[in-house]
Amino acid sequence: MTFTLLAEGVVAFLLVAGGMFAFTGSLGMLQFKDFFMRLHGPTKGTTLGIGCMLMASMLYFTVTQREFHVQELLITFFLFLTAPVTGHMLAKTGLHMHLRFITGTRGSLPELRDEDVGQSRVARPAKARHPWRTRRRSRQKPRLPR
Amino acid sequence: MLVIALMISLGLIVAAMAMNVLRLAKGPDVPDRLLALDTLYVNSIALIVLLGLWLNTKTYFEAAILIAMLGFVGTMAICRYLLRGDIIE
Repeated sequence: MTFTLLAEGVVAFLLVAGGMFAFTGSLGMLQFKDFFMRLHGPTKGTTLGIGCMLMASMLYFTVTQREFHVQELLITFFLFLTAPVTGHMLAKTGLHMHLRFITGTRGSLPELRDEDVGQSRVARPAKARHPWRTRRRSRQKPRLPR
Repeated sequence: MLVIALMISLGLIVAAMAMNVLRLAKGPDVPDRLLALDTLYVNSIALIVLLGLWLNTKTYFEAAILIAMLGFVGTMAICRYLLRGDIIE
């Protein structure tokens, strides 16, 4: 009984905290002045909020149905993996499109390479080689056991 | 206690989605709208999780996984289109 009450309290706290984090992220995305500032809110606040909410759901279903849930952990892992990649690509797109930014935003726009913006082809090695086995196989003579 | 927390969280998520839609409508450039759309995807996952908690079923988590994956793929595709002019080269 006490354990159930404790789990309920933890679930309620995680739910409210997740909602607050998601709200804060979206508020930052609405209110900031600059695209590069606006990128900060969803990539951190909203991701943490949904992580809290999925943890609450996992705890709730684990306690009430007496079996461990992995699906929420899967969604959390996937979201935490993809959010920085999305933020990186969006920042790169903003740099490429030369968006205007206020003077308070620090840092200068670096020059993107030609491969990044499609001016030239992506440089790839002509032939893939094995990382540590650099000598070619054909030159070595096969040794027969005597 | 759980019902009150669920109501508070639901209200906050709905307010966050309303702000996303506002930014999606008035974003000055294309990456702003793209960021708003990506955040809307994430908030919709949160809404689906809250719906599953409210109805006490676990039917909706497959939909949440599907929305997460398709949102990531869509954002990546539009980013690559804006960046390089082509998606798959």
